[in-house]
Amino acid sequence: MKLPYVFLYMVLALIAVFQIYPLIWLLSFSLKDNTEIFGKSPFALPESPKWENYVKVWTDGNIGTYFFNSVWITVLSVALTVLLASMVTFAITRMNWKLNKPVLGLFMVGYMIPIHSALIPLFSMFNKVGLIDNPLSIVITYTAYNLPLTIMILLGFYYSLPREMEEAAIMDGCSINRLFFKIILPMTTPVVSTTVIINMIFNWNEFVFVNTFISSEKYKTLTVGIQNFIGQYMTDWGAIGATLMISVLPLLIAFIFFSDRIIDGITAGAVKG
Amino acid sequence: MNKVMSNKWMIALYVLPSLMLVAILIFIPLVLTGYYGLTEWNGAGVMKFVGLENYAHALQDEQFRESVVHSFLLALFSTLSLGIYLVVSLILASKIKGTNLLRKIYLIPMLLSSVAIAQLWLKVYHPTNGMLNSLLNLLGVDHPPEWLANPDIVLYAIFIPILWQYAGFYILIYYAALKNVPEELIEAARIDGATPLQIALKVKVPLISGIIKVTVVLAIVGSLKYFDLIYVMTGGGPNGASEVMASYMYKEAFGSYHFGYGSAIAFYLLIITLIMTYFTRKLTASKDDVQY
Repeated sequence: MKLPYVFLYMVLALIAVFQIYPLIWLLSFSLKDNTEIFGKSPFALPESPKWENYVKVWTDGNIGTYFFNSVWITVLSVALTVLLASMVTFAITRMNWKLNKPVLGLFMVGYMIPIHSALIPLFSMFNKVGLIDNPLSIVITYTAYNLPLTIMILLGFYYSLPREMEEAAIMDGCSINRLFFKIILPMTTPVVSTTVIINMIFNWNEFVFVNTFISSEKYKTLTVGIQNFIGQYMTDWGAIGATLMISVLPLLIAFIFFSDRIIDGITAGAVKG
Repeated sequence: MNKVMSNKWMIALYVLPSLMLVAILIFIPLVLTGYYGLTEWNGAGVMKFVGLENYAHALQDEQFRESVVHSFLLALFSTLSLGIYLVVSLILASKIKGTNLLRKIYLIPMLLSSVAIAQLWLKVYHPTNGMLNSLLNLLGVDHPPEWLANPDIVLYAIFIPILWQYAGFYILIYYAALKNVPEELIEAARIDGATPLQIALKVKVPLISGIIKVTVVLAIVGSLKYFDLIYVMTGGGPNGASEVMASYMYKEAFGSYHFGYGSAIAFYLLIITLIMTYFTRKLTASKDDVQY
């Protein structure tokens, strides 16, 4: 019985190495200079860590700007998506109207479509109303495309909320807005935090919308910014590595602190679909 | 109570903003894509109506046909790799210690953007200084291939980072489902003398068949939409050898300003995705779904 277990552990450990080693390798070459990268074994650890790679890409390029854009666009889109999705889910599950099921169906269908099939008309629509190269186009697109999944994740939780509390609140003359913002929304904090995390990951990593709608350096987010930036630093692996590390670090740090919530979010998002 | 909760104005206030966003930014563009596909248009000037010409041309276009084949090949690879993920999850779920940490490690690549993954794997595959070829050199391989420059292997080379990215995700889903299999059923099978392998194949896998079907749909439909990773790693090259539907559409529309033709390709992508979603759901929705 002992031997098979040793073998199974080795399989699992090998997969863990496959999953994590490329990132360790990235961290390692982000701290090397070109003589070390091209002259020595790629598997060697950096002799003396070249932190100046990080300083250089942060100050030379626009990485700081991209980073800041990613942060505010992500935060604003996530807040808007989760608020709007909560309102829709509240109206669909709690309020009395005949069209609630068909409307829910519409949102569900929105989840299935490939974004690339809508890209050209979106581009020409934004062009006509002057929203090309305007971050507002990115915020509303992120919101629209993340609403369906967010509603799907919220739905189950809203169905399970007890009705007694809101009945009592309405009896006492509480308005719908007060009921929603003061009573229902605070009760949904656990599921809201799950949707916040899943939205955060999607928006932070999104590429094609920004790549298509934004052309000015001052509005680019990290995913698109690093893509152009790396183009210029073709041969400077240390700089490329440092840039990539800066772009992936925020979510990796978030993962250390919120791994269970992130796991919840990722599985909820998948299995509901 | 009912009167307050049936207030039409409040319902409109809560639903309409989202509904309008989704209608204007998702549904109307889809219809427009179908329509633009009927025109010849460079994105800015006059649209010239050409009927079904673009749609007919795409069917004759060798590059488009190849991109469809590549998309379906990636879908096939993704579906087959589900088997590997399932085996790993079965091992993880079989009373092994430390699985919590392992599952988290497996999931890490899933948090990275496809652009970062593509850039990292460009370095992994670098012909002379990359991780892979350096490793092969150490193992005594004299002339390791140029993974992304060889049209015969580029599609497989691109699939490895996809496998790397999604492994933790599918393992996580299977693991969660396997942990929900009632302990009594496994115990009963064990008392009847079933081996661990038999328990896995005859008890556990059938019991999570519902989740397996969901993942098959996710893998196939997800593969048909691949774009970012391929766009950054190879741009569809060399010579179209790694072109997929979405990357070919993007190249035609935003690279060559063939917005009419690009729209026709985008519309085919939509139709193919919807048909595949429908059929995989239909095919995998067998009548004898196991209940427990």
